[in-house]
Amino acid sequence: MNTQLQRVAWTAMALIVALVVATTYWQTWARPGLAARQDNEIQRVAEFEVRRGLILAPERRLARNEVVRRRGKSLYFRKYPQGKLAAHVVGYSTASRARAGLEQSLNGILTGTERDLAGLVESQLDELRGEPIVGDTVVTTLDLRAQQVALEALGRRCGSVVALDPRSGKLLVMASSPSYDPNLIENNFGLIDRITADCRPAAPLLNRASQGLYPPGSIFKVVTAAAALESNRWKPDSGFVDPGYCIAYGKRVNNFDTSRPFGAIDLATALQYSVNSVFCNIGKSLGAKRILEQARKFGFYDRPPLETPETERYPSGLYDRGDLWFPEKDFQVDAGRMAFGQERMLVTPLQMAMVAGGIGNGGIVMRPSVVDRFVSPKGTTADRVERVQLRRAVGPVNARDIGAMMVRAVEAGTGTSARISGYRVGGKTGTAETGVAGRNTTWFIAFAGRRGERPEVAIAVVLEGQSSTGGSTAAPVARTVMEALLRPTANP
Amino acid sequence: MSARNRELLTLVLAALVASAAFASAWIADTAEVEQGWVPWAALLAGVFVVAHLVARVVVPDADPTLLPLAALLCAIGLTFVYRIDPDDGRRQLVWVAVGVLAFSLALLWLRYDYRVLERYKYLFGVSAIVLLMLPSVPGLGERINGVKLWVSIGPLQFQPGEIAKIFLVVFLAGYLRDKRESLASGRLKDVGPLVAIWGGAMLVLVQTSDLGSALLNFGIFLAMVYAATGRLSFVAAGVVLFAGGAAVLYNALDRVQQRVTVWLEPWTDDKVYCTLNGALEYRQNCDSYQLVKSLYSIANGGYGGTGIGRGTFETIDGTPLIPYLETDFVYSAIAQELGLVGSAAVLLLFLALVARAMRVALIAHDGFSKLLAAGLAFGFALQTFIIVGGVLRLVPLTGITLPFVSYGGSSIVSNFLMLALLMLVSNRAVQGAPR
Repeated sequence: MNTQLQRVAWTAMALIVALVVATTYWQTWARPGLAARQDNEIQRVAEFEVRRGLILAPERRLARNEVVRRRGKSLYFRKYPQGKLAAHVVGYSTASRARAGLEQSLNGILTGTERDLAGLVESQLDELRGEPIVGDTVVTTLDLRAQQVALEALGRRCGSVVALDPRSGKLLVMASSPSYDPNLIENNFGLIDRITADCRPAAPLLNRASQGLYPPGSIFKVVTAAAALESNRWKPDSGFVDPGYCIAYGKRVNNFDTSRPFGAIDLATALQYSVNSVFCNIGKSLGAKRILEQARKFGFYDRPPLETPETERYPSGLYDRGDLWFPEKDFQVDAGRMAFGQERMLVTPLQMAMVAGGIGNGGIVMRPSVVDRFVSPKGTTADRVERVQLRRAVGPVNARDIGAMMVRAVEAGTGTSARISGYRVGGKTGTAETGVAGRNTTWFIAFAGRRGERPEVAIAVVLEGQSSTGGSTAAPVARTVMEALLRPTANP
Repeated sequence: MSARNRELLTLVLAALVASAAFASAWIADTAEVEQGWVPWAALLAGVFVVAHLVARVVVPDADPTLLPLAALLCAIGLTFVYRIDPDDGRRQLVWVAVGVLAFSLALLWLRYDYRVLERYKYLFGVSAIVLLMLPSVPGLGERINGVKLWVSIGPLQFQPGEIAKIFLVVFLAGYLRDKRESLASGRLKDVGPLVAIWGGAMLVLVQTSDLGSALLNFGIFLAMVYAATGRLSFVAAGVVLFAGGAAVLYNALDRVQQRVTVWLEPWTDDKVYCTLNGALEYRQNCDSYQLVKSLYSIANGGYGGTGIGRGTFETIDGTPLIPYLETDFVYSAIAQELGLVGSAAVLLLFLALVARAMRVALIAHDGFSKLLAAGLAFGFALQTFIIVGGVLRLVPLTGITLPFVSYGGSSIVSNFLMLALLMLVSNRAVQGAPR
């Protein structure tokens, strides 16, 4: 009988060995995947024992910790002293919901798990000593005063303001309206659900600055103008004839104001007064793909690089049935309409701020970032976010020329309400009609700085559901925010 | 060194490991370094010293590793039950004491020759079925979580299935020793009583929907039939029968379908029908909630674990995340707090226990002893596999206890009775060996 018994014994032991193998699988191989799952509450709760790093706007705290002792454990809960001011950037870290914003994307840094070897040894020692692990502090680039101004200027209107320093790519304002108070996420989520604004659904959790996909309307003409000049076929003084409309695919496409055709007009003037027919003809002549290639150089078709979670940043470009789409052939796209911002083109405010910044910065688009540096618990700067060039979008001469056209649009064109005395402001208005009266998406993108110097600010403003034009709705918002940024003491 | 001195030494080692574990659970709970745990640890050590002394007198030559292994597993279980719920921990300590009492009584009762049991094999077989049917008797049985497993007598709750398992093993050992030759040569007449008693037990188990125990008893039965007859065709036939039975059960019982679905696909990307509340939910938030949460718990342990008392089993406001953590899911608590290193060590303790118990079967002299020991040893292994494998999503999850570790009185007592039988067989095997 012993032969059989030996076989039974081997089987029995093999069963236990299988358990060791399965345990190894879950604890090593499958572990990262499980830890990243949104419904993994254990992982989320366990991280409450870590004293998360703070999130700061240089001078004020955006996220801090509140210690609660429970059953011999110290738990660190998040509080957001600035409330809804920077909610979309900071996000939230709660037990009841998956994280969002920087709290999600920088979780590893805030919990001190993404460190170099010495730092990891340090936090392991802390754990052995029974002391809480302390994460690194994140210092953002936001200018909270301007952020406040932007939110107030947006008011009950739905939309977004993104302002950045075109020289470095630092985000100064990233406002999305309506906003929400992240302190309510944990226990009063119902209150957030009930937030109302001048649009339905109000979607307060949506970061419209980088998740809002809007038809660009005429602000896209800046991209078309860049493609036109880069093709070397036109110059700012190249002549066109404006009959008040353009024929695209056998259909008449009107100017915004058809009653007053310009007749003979040059490219610079066409941008100044936002003449659709001129850009329609440029588009038809260049073809969609040339323009889209130019857009790509500004960052279209990529998620704009930023420290916020990837899922909270959408790429700009043509969208076909909800999916980002790049045409294989020119004829697949109505290039004439696309050239002045119609067709299936959808863009985010962040992307358009990058376009304005790129023009203002001599054609170079800097990599945008909302984080300035990470500070270790000991107070030393652990890491500083490098200022790097994302791409050269336009040649320096062409950038200067387009910039000059945009300045003309502000000084004596469609964007006059964005003028700031003593500063050089270049901008472009946009009004995307949705076909329903009073439901326009209005835009203003601009750069501004002292005369004779490189612009300090680039901005994109979008407003939903407006009955008027970008020049009369979005441009004033842009001016208010830019003033707050350019004259930090003027308006305390 | 004599076997009993080696046992004592190993027990001291086990006591050191267990004390360290228990002390860290205690200190983590009170958040202060203090000695409040010492009396409890001493009490547990005392209980096992009693077991050791009884063994010294009654079975001086029994295998010296079995008792320390059981003691260490008990202490680890106690540590985790205490860490999850201190009140249950105290109760579990009482149950361990009762278990050791049962162990000692069994040793004393069968000290001359345990083989008398063989004479009463049919009595054991029939009583196993009666025991299994007790929970279905109106007024006596109690249904908990959809399963009729408990018998209530006054304030005491008791799971007769645990004892019935031992009775079935005794019956099978006796019957198979008697009829193994004729069975091996294929005389179908002798299959009758076997199929009657074993089949009756299985039917009762299926009727009470205790699928874990049904699977366990089925596996033990196959292993013992194979050991007795050496005919793989019996095992193959058994597996075919099992597959057929499983298919029938799958179609007949929603409960079985649900378990299998949860096992195959615990996570869904879309909302699916939820059998708990009839609404549409992600399966991970509904039917497979327990399994998924337990997997998260295991994964959270990583290599080294969080440390005893530092694992996460509750939400921020203190509601438990994993249901049945101290019974069915005790392994996911161990895996989180001890990590891969610790949970593998616990599994190796089981491996050692099974290996030593199988060795007892190999060195025993008569067929009854061999089959008895092999059945008990395989029972330990398979029970561990079914519950830990279920928690690890290796097999569909069915709720049974982890031997010596899970919280639960009936389970602890029956495991100690199995241990007593193994030590009796082992003692006799060594004493009867030519020196």
